[in-house]
This record gives sequence, C-alpha cells and structure tokens, in this order.
Amino acid sequence: MQLDDLYRRVIMDHYKNPRNKGKFEDEGVTIDLNNPTCGDKISLQLQLEEGIVKNARYTGDGCSISMSSASMMTEAVKGKTLPQALELAERFSSLMKGEDVEFDEYEDIEALSGVNKFPARIKCATLAWNALRKGIEREAH
Amino acid sequence: MNASVREQFPILNQEVNGHPLVYLDSAATSQKPRAVLDAVRRYYELDNSNVHRGVHTLGSRATDAYEGAREKVAAFIGAAHPEEIVFNRGTTTGLNLVAASYGDANVNEGDEIVLTPIEHHSNLIPWQQLAKRKGAVLKYIEPNPDGTIDVEAAAKVITDKTKIVAIAYVSNVMGVVHPVKEIGALAHKHGAVIVVDGAQSTPHMKVDVQDLDCDFYALSGHKMCAPTGIGALYGKKALLEKMEPVEFGGEMIDDVGLYESTWKDLPWRFEGGTPIIAGAVGLGAAIDFLNELGMDNVAEHEHRLAAYAMNRIQEIDGLKVFGPQDRKVGIVTFNLDDVHPHDVATVLDSYGVAIRAGHHCCQPLMRWLEVSSTARASFYLYNNEQDIDRLIDALIRTKEYFGDAT
Repeated sequence: MQLDDLYRRVIMDHYKNPRNKGKFEDEGVTIDLNNPTCGDKISLQLQLEEGIVKNARYTGDGCSISMSSASMMTEAVKGKTLPQALELAERFSSLMKGEDVEFDEYEDIEALSGVNKFPARIKCATLAWNALRKGIEREAH
Repeated sequence: MNASVREQFPILNQEVNGHPLVYLDSAATSQKPRAVLDAVRRYYELDNSNVHRGVHTLGSRATDAYEGAREKVAAFIGAAHPEEIVFNRGTTTGLNLVAASYGDANVNEGDEIVLTPIEHHSNLIPWQQLAKRKGAVLKYIEPNPDGTIDVEAAAKVITDKTKIVAIAYVSNVMGVVHPVKEIGALAHKHGAVIVVDGAQSTPHMKVDVQDLDCDFYALSGHKMCAPTGIGALYGKKALLEKMEPVEFGGEMIDDVGLYESTWKDLPWRFEGGTPIIAGAVGLGAAIDFLNELGMDNVAEHEHRLAAYAMNRIQEIDGLKVFGPQDRKVGIVTFNLDDVHPHDVATVLDSYGVAIRAGHHCCQPLMRWLEVSSTARASFYLYNNEQDIDRLIDALIRTKEYFGDAT
C-alpha cells in the first residue's frame, strides 16, 4: 500500500486550493448530501441554462479526498449538457472500480484513480459525484 | 497485564500493510481471545441444539450452557437475580426495548426525558422517538467544557416531571466516567428511573448495578471479548415484571390461543425467537476470561496506558485532545491540525495502526465540540506501551507527510 498512490500532488493542490468553493447569490439547483458513515458533507450548487451546466460551486466539510474530488468535479462539469455530465459521472464510477478510463476534458481527475486501492475511501471520492447525479436526476423529472 | 495476555488473541499476531498490527479501535469492537473462540467452536461441535424445548440430551446441554451464561452475566455486573438479565443483540437493542416497553407505558404528554448531548446515537434516538410518540419533552444536561458531567448540572434539568434519565456510564468519545450513581439518586428523588448505557464501561471496569442502583443497564458482548451479536439488558425485577414484550413469537409464550396469549416468566418473555445461544456461550467464556484477569487489573492497566498515551500524544505539535487530562478509560479522541481525521486514519493504517475516524455515532457531540469528525484511539487489555509508541511515531509521520504533500 503506497500512500503516494492516494495522495498525489494534484489532489493535495485541489484540497489546499479548492476551485469553485463557495455559494452563488442566486438560487440554482442545490443538492445537500452527507456521508453518514463518516460525517462528510457537501452542498453542491448547479446553475443551469437551457440544459447546460453554466456554473457549479460547492461548500462542504470533509477529508482531502472528498473535497479535492468536489473541486475537480465542479471544474469538469462546467459547460456540459446534462447527458454529458451524467456520462462524466458514470466514467468516474468506472474509475473508482479500477477501470482504465480517461478524462481528456479534465485530466486532474485521473489522479483520483489511486483511491481504488483504498476501498474505505471510495465513498469519500464519490460524494460530490453522487450529489451531481442527484441534481441531474432532479432536473430530468 | 503481561505479554501472555496478548498472545491469547490470535488476530493480533499479523502484519497489516507490511507492519505488525497495532489495534487501537477496541471502543468500536474488541478482539476475541482464544478461550472465547474455542468455547463457541466447542458449543457448535458438541452441544448445538435449541434451548428450552428439546427433551434430548443436547437440548439440555444447550439450555444449561445458555442459562449458565446468564448467571455469569448477572454475577459479573452484580445483579441480584439471573432473571434480571435479558439476552439480546447488544446495547442498542436493550435501550430500544426500555424505550419501547417501559417508555411507552410510563411516559405521557408533557413528561420529561433527560439525556446528555454526549450520548451515542443508540442512547439518544430511541428517546427522541419515544418523545415524539408521546409528546414528551427532551432535556439535556449541559456538560462542562471538558466534556465531564456534574451532578449539579443534572440537578438543573431533572424535575418532578422527569420520568426517565438516560446516560452512558462511560462516553465512547470523551473517555470520561460519568457520576451515574449520584445522577441516579437524583432521578429517584424525583420519581424517575435511570437507564445506563454500559457499552463502554462493562468491558473496562468493575460494574455493580446494585451499588449504582440503576434501574436499567445495557451492555454489548462484542466490546468485551465476546462475539458480535450478543448483548444483555439488566432491569430491576420489579420493573421488568410490569413490562410488556415488544417482540412476539416462539420461546416467549406461556399459552397461545386464537385470540389471546400469555407470556412466559422473566426473562424469557423478552427473548422471542430462538435466542443467540452460541453468542451467549461466547459471552460466558469472555466473562470467565475477564474474571481470571480481574477487572480491577484490567481497569488499572487501561488507566496506566491512558495516562501514558495522554502524555505522549501531547508531545505532538498541533494536536488537540478532546476531554479532560485525567482519564480512567483507554479512549483518546483527538484531531491533528490541518489534517482531516480520515486522512490521519488512512496514513496510520499504512503503518499498521488501526484507529477510528468519524463522528463515532455522536453527531450532537461533534456539533457541541464544533468539529465535523475526530480521530479516536482506544485501548484494551491486550495493548501495551509499545502500541502507543507506534501510534505516536505514525502520527508524527502523518504530520510530516501532509506537511510535505502541500
């Protein structure tokens, strides 16, 4: 077990210098999600216009893996249509299963591939992505 | 505790991530000595049968083993009668039984239930639900800033309207022993009963429910060297006798008609269905094991370890310990500056050191401490000072690792 597989420099950079952290003034789609087993929390805001994610922000409290994953997700999802965003979330699930997938649109995400070797931490990495899925589902209904 | 005690726990003799395992998560669940593992295996290999009905020899052996375990539990916690011990799945089940049976029958609209914000969710939610069902009022004893609870603070909230006071004997986060005997006396003065969550006290110190004069006392076997899935609820006979069962079925009946049924005597009326026989046998063996060591010796060993851990852990810059400096029980909860507890636990695990990170089933307490989660190292009779040294070394490396990684 190599710690460096988990805590890559790019992850620590997103943790220490989070992108898109904070709240919008105006309401967007807001999704609050907890990880009840460990107490991590995220509140994700999506601004949607004509089926496109114009902007995404989050606030939350959690470990380096969950917060860096939220930072990356909100970067990657900007400008995506809802089906594209959902596909991105699916691809992230594949990454967590150890499958060989790429994120050409935002390569930083690939740094999280090491989480796969730490089963106890997969839930941390997927928290923000689950919030994204929930937000998309809510819009689709 | 000498080294031979540790050798009786086969699981401890292994490497995790290339390092000898240091298990510091006994407050979550304890490891099991060979004597317990053997007793369960022997039961299944020689005596396995259902209890209280078989006329055959195995049936009586199983019944004797099961009822023998009940007597051991009664003696271990100082109960006056074995029938005051109800076997169940653990502390959660015991507390839920008291809330659903005693609570529903005795708590009415406007009555008060007194708790502390330090309680484990299992000694909080059953009362919350009871209060909702009945329109009762929940009141909380305010802890001191260091997490200790004073009788004076309890006196401010316990009134003649109070029907139930529920409190842990030992906090699973703060490592503090609460004055349950004194709070119980206060509760009784106001006509209330006291319910004690004994999950963290029973494994670590001598308990005497008659001396405490508590009305109910719930415990879990798996935290005291027994298998998971077995626990016990102590209740004063006079109270249990008036309580209705909450689970109905086999084993618990006296006479069943098409429209009416009656219940068995104590304690069986609260043990519907085939009981956890092998678990009870394991719990009996765990009690024999603990008695052989002597609970005073176990407590003294932990007190010494806790003191050593408290001193050493505070050598680390930027580490905050929650709870008072002096603690009797081997629970040390802390946070490392700038490193999230999950990250601490992952790095420690990479050095073979197992601790818990999270809210410890105490979300209200986390809010009271103004943190979202903490790290917790907890010790038991098989831990030693080298384990704590390994913890400290790994914590120092965690700090270095996260210092370098940023």
